[in-house]
Amino acid sequence: MKIYIENRRFDLTDPSVNLLEACLSLGFDVPYFCWHPVLRSVGACRQCAVKVFKDEADTRGRIVMSCMTAPAEGMRVSVNDDEAREFRAKVIEWLMLNHPHDCPICDEGGECHLQDVTVMAGHVRRQSRFPKRTHRNQDLGPLVNHEMNRCIQCYRCVRFYADYAGGRDVGVQGCHDGVYFGRPSPGPLESEFSGNLVEVCPTGVFTDKSLKRHYTRKWDLQTAPSVCVHCGLGCNTFPGQRYGTLRRVRTRYHREVNGYFLCDRGRYGYEFVNSPRRILQALLRQGDNALAQVSAEEAIRLAKSLLSSGKCIGLGSPRATLESNFALRTLVSPSRFFHPLAVSQHLLSGSSLSLLRRFPLASLRDVSQSTAVFLLGEDVSNTAPLLALALRQAAVRAPRLAKAALLKIPAWHEAALRTAVQEEKGPFFLAATGPTRLDDLAAAPYRAAPGDLAALGFAVAHALDPAAPAVPNLPPAAAELAERIAASLKSAAAPLIVSGPSCGSEALLHAAANVAAALGKTNPQARLCLTAPECNSVGLALLPGGNLADVLRALRDGSADTLIVLESDLYRHADAALVDEIFTAAKHVIVIDSLANATTARAELVLPAATFAESSGTLVNNEGRAQRSYAVCPPKAPVQESWRWLTALTPNVSWPRWEDILAAMAVSSGDFRDVTTLGPAADFRLVGQKIPRQPHRYSGRTAMTAHIDVREPAPAADLDTPLAFSMEGSPLNPPGPLIPRYWSPRWNSDQGVHKFQIEVAGPLQGGDPGKRIIEPSSEPAGYFAPTPPASEGDGEILFTPAWHVFGSEELSVHSPGIAELAPRPYVALGPVDAGRLGVRDGAPVTVTLAGRTLALPARILEAIPPGAAALPAALADLPFFSLPARGSVSLAAPAAPEGRP
Amino acid sequence: MLSILRTIWTVFRHGFARRFTVQYPEQKRTYSPRWRGRIILSRDPDGQERCVACHLCSAVCPVDCIAIQAAEGPDGRRYPEFFRINFSRCIFCGFCEEACPTCAIQLTPDAEMAEPIRQSLVYEKEDLLISGPGKVPGYNFYRRAGLEIAGQAKGEGENQKPPVDPKTLLP
Amino acid sequence: MNAILGPLITIVCVLGAVLTLAALLIWVERRLLGLWQDRYGPNRVGPFGLLQSVADMVKIFFKEDWLPPLADRAVFIIAPGIVMAVTLLSFAVVPWGPGLAVADLNVGLLFVLAMSSLSVYSVALGGWASNNKYSLLGSLRAVGQMISYEVFMGLSLLGVVLQAGSFNLSDIVEAQRGLWFCLPQCVGLGVFFVAALAETKRIPFDLPEGENELVAGFHTEYSGFKFAMFFVAEYIGVTLVSALTVVMFLGGWLGPWLHPVAWFAIKTLAVIAFIVLIRASLPRPRYDQLLALGWKLLLPLALANLLVTGAIVLAQGE
Repeated sequence: MKIYIENRRFDLTDPSVNLLEACLSLGFDVPYFCWHPVLRSVGACRQCAVKVFKDEADTRGRIVMSCMTAPAEGMRVSVNDDEAREFRAKVIEWLMLNHPHDCPICDEGGECHLQDVTVMAGHVRRQSRFPKRTHRNQDLGPLVNHEMNRCIQCYRCVRFYADYAGGRDVGVQGCHDGVYFGRPSPGPLESEFSGNLVEVCPTGVFTDKSLKRHYTRKWDLQTAPSVCVHCGLGCNTFPGQRYGTLRRVRTRYHREVNGYFLCDRGRYGYEFVNSPRRILQALLRQGDNALAQVSAEEAIRLAKSLLSSGKCIGLGSPRATLESNFALRTLVSPSRFFHPLAVSQHLLSGSSLSLLRRFPLASLRDVSQSTAVFLLGEDVSNTAPLLALALRQAAVRAPRLAKAALLKIPAWHEAALRTAVQEEKGPFFLAATGPTRLDDLAAAPYRAAPGDLAALGFAVAHALDPAAPAVPNLPPAAAELAERIAASLKSAAAPLIVSGPSCGSEALLHAAANVAAALGKTNPQARLCLTAPECNSVGLALLPGGNLADVLRALRDGSADTLIVLESDLYRHADAALVDEIFTAAKHVIVIDSLANATTARAELVLPAATFAESSGTLVNNEGRAQRSYAVCPPKAPVQESWRWLTALTPNVSWPRWEDILAAMAVSSGDFRDVTTLGPAADFRLVGQKIPRQPHRYSGRTAMTAHIDVREPAPAADLDTPLAFSMEGSPLNPPGPLIPRYWSPRWNSDQGVHKFQIEVAGPLQGGDPGKRIIEPSSEPAGYFAPTPPASEGDGEILFTPAWHVFGSEELSVHSPGIAELAPRPYVALGPVDAGRLGVRDGAPVTVTLAGRTLALPARILEAIPPGAAALPAALADLPFFSLPARGSVSLAAPAAPEGRP
Repeated sequence: MLSILRTIWTVFRHGFARRFTVQYPEQKRTYSPRWRGRIILSRDPDGQERCVACHLCSAVCPVDCIAIQAAEGPDGRRYPEFFRINFSRCIFCGFCEEACPTCAIQLTPDAEMAEPIRQSLVYEKEDLLISGPGKVPGYNFYRRAGLEIAGQAKGEGENQKPPVDPKTLLP
Repeated sequence: MNAILGPLITIVCVLGAVLTLAALLIWVERRLLGLWQDRYGPNRVGPFGLLQSVADMVKIFFKEDWLPPLADRAVFIIAPGIVMAVTLLSFAVVPWGPGLAVADLNVGLLFVLAMSSLSVYSVALGGWASNNKYSLLGSLRAVGQMISYEVFMGLSLLGVVLQAGSFNLSDIVEAQRGLWFCLPQCVGLGVFFVAALAETKRIPFDLPEGENELVAGFHTEYSGFKFAMFFVAEYIGVTLVSALTVVMFLGGWLGPWLHPVAWFAIKTLAVIAFIVLIRASLPRPRYDQLLALGWKLLLPLALANLLVTGAIVLAQGE
């Protein structure tokens, strides 16, 4: 389709976009507020006016809202037409009528879309002399700050929060010029995507509360492309650093992974980097007493002498980079490399990897574009939040596609589509062990114990393909549901099955695999999606090794006496008794980590590791996509990347630069052959220059450290990457994997991301970051046999893990905001069991599980099936349990102290 | 040739003209209030710090000699946790004063700030803050900003309506 | 004994007088410039700022004597020595009073001209050895300028020699007992004076230094004591050309009432003051203008002067 903009001819490759998207993609700066590349068009703000002419003869033209106009063949458009410009200037003037004069103390200042558009539209002076409207603010919890005075009524917040992310507690109140966006009453925002309001809001109504505590303007932040470390999805982020501390995290667009959004754990979890628990010096245990500081050289010398016996075992880490795990494996030799996982978790990790090698895995973009979903067992809102956001889009996709085709509504016309679809949902089947925040999407969520969920999955596979093994003794209700699910998945164009290891059931993974295999036989569009527990779980699984029980065996039989633990707290991965035995059996324990924890407390020698903010490395996400995360700032000596510590201990190995270890990895295994090409090499230069991590407006260079020494230090050199730790470098847009921030002339806010995309919401210029390094085999997948549910322990109640987006992740709980939102330990019971035991909500109960007795408050949740109970998983205040496991609950004696184990 | 001689003659005659030199340490000139000398931070008419740590002066500074960290007090007012000017780098261009939206940072007619040790030219907030409003007597940013601070609820500032009640639907 | 001691005392006196004068000139010039530019000049160090030169010297001696890493070390060090030596040597033949000269050479004038020609080497070598483009450009300019102006300087003085009938400077002074040569040889004086300014690289002919084009020209890389040698040599050069002007055109030590040496000193200082006045007044010409002035105006003038003087002397002699 050809259209003319400013009398220049353009050929639109994709005519399904609206005129605004077309103009932005072609490089024309059209101001807008309410349109958003994902939330699309509602035509509320009237800011994107352009003039459209019928044909060459038309000299008058007419003003249209470009976001509500579809391009037509031969259409002539003028963005810079005088009348259109005047119209836009008037619109911004009345949008700004009540906007307060508080930019200096507004956290959005400097990256404010409203500022950008005001300048773009040419509004300079408020002509109105009438008083300004004011609003009272709400306390929205520890993550998001509210300042309603600044609102310009674009409705983006509710469109994202309620319509897109399914939040129920933010809405529109009031009328006429008093329209108010907020909660019915003050209180923490409930959605785990609330932080996106900060980016979605074009001005400073919603701002980042964690940033407010150590506020820094965007132009003062040193930023780099990074990858989130708080779950297995590998969302792309921009962490920002100033004065040696991490200040905030913003979304980095990745079309296939996180798109334009981040979850709150990813956005606010960063503060562990600034935690007072950080290990900043090498520490050596003095006799039996506390750890004392030693120099880095001394630490390396000691570590070498501890390792000199040659009987050393290395424990890798699912949250350390691929490089660090590889360096450890090289140091201790592959046969002595182990995973810091209990037997059950180790099994799940291996199973997940084998499924990754067998099935085409869905990226988050694939997930959001599927038309039928079977969610089997995984509580994705808590284990992989952005997957939940993608699933929410998938749930409404089928009816939207149908209505759009029926009523001939273009896909971008959000207002019309939403009105047409109303609350209609597509096929979405949810089977879970307890309540989830996606329950509203499913017609009738199926609740059962993990074993029964697996049975349902096997039954669905059997119903799809009779060749798949059948499940004996299936309850009739489940059998009927299985038939319905199978029929629905079979008829869908893009069916998706989602599962994961968080239930602790290998049978569940096998059931999901069977469904995927059965669907894959007839529909090549069928996809499987598995979550991964930590940011590099899949990467660790690619480096095979035994589990913690094997470690204990090796220590006991004398084949090993020294332990190197890489960035993991073993007490979070296995029963405390087992870990204690390991530490008792080991003669020497060396721990490399960034935060003090229970494992570092057992170490003889602790080496300070750099966090994601200070180290560059490769992480492999749940779908096997390897992505590079670049250091935001150099680590403060003696802190350094774990792989550098390990390389210093390894004889006959010299990897002075990142590229050297990547090259060694690439030749070590077929899985890693692509790790050297995930991003531009270290000698990449943009027109002869490095890419600056600091914006060109970066301030205070000659005063930041002047109180210590008036002479400025030289900027740290970065030999590992094409990025520089300074403001010197190329002003041009770097290729996708190296973009350190979104900024281009006239677009100070993150809305300028379209200047880095080939087209609006399209791939990044210069290539999307990362690459899938695990590709499924082409041979047809076989079926797993249904296994009877394995239950450990004995007792009347089966405990299943309940994951929490805030609290179940090791690092993010060191952020004050997240710690505030993390739940206190509890046990959740279904109403049937609660009634039988005589337990009321909040009553103290005694839990007996795996030989331990805990006093916990009870919660009664409708969605817990009879005979089951949910125990929060991986909470800092609770010990590790290998769940699911059987145990018992009893009403506590009235005088029992509450809470802590 | 003649013009050269005339020039030489004119210059020669200047040997008998009055000298314009001001003998500096003994004699002193009065500087105009607009003189761009030592930088100060001024206060509100109420005696509160004017600087709200907006980072505009540090951003506009061509030699990057201003470093600020913003903080917010319990009264809801923003203030600089530290405000550091490295005068050994400052070129007294006055851009900071132009950029300041709250009239907090001002250049003063004081040029006598040479130091034998460069480190002494690093001024912290305590060294910069004066006790008055400087050249701009009346301006009070928080009266106009529409923010809620201690002693001024929403809608009590200048030219502001009382806060909207979002629960009412009356026109 | 006396044959050795006498000249030695004269040498010491002349050396002391010239060096003191040169050092003092630094202060005198700055004060005079101040006077003509309606300001004071250095007036803080000592009475009337008289010790300014001392302060300058102390400062310059304590400065780091820096050798550029890529410089030709030997040549770089020798260059300032050459200029210092040759300018000082020229003073050997200058008669301060009747019979008061270190060496009463009968080719005194030629000796002076020869010495001044040699000083070109100092500038050329200094600029070359610095291994700096500005220094090299400065020294190239200096060489072109000095070699050109040497020609007219010599030619302009030949009129005087013709009239005096001698190259001996004392004889030339004595020859002016009736009439100073500044009147019959006014053209020669003009040409000589311009050429002398150019020879000493004084403003307006300081193109080899040309601060606003070449940083500091041929001595950009010099610092400390070596720079001081260049610096002082310039003032010694100024003194030399002033003394030469006095000897050749202004009757040398001749004058009523006062001691001949006093007359000589007064006249020399007056010429020096005039050179400073020119510095205070005139801007620097372009390089092509400088050379055009020399070859197209001064050379014909000097030749014509020589021709006319020769003709007159010939006519008078017959």
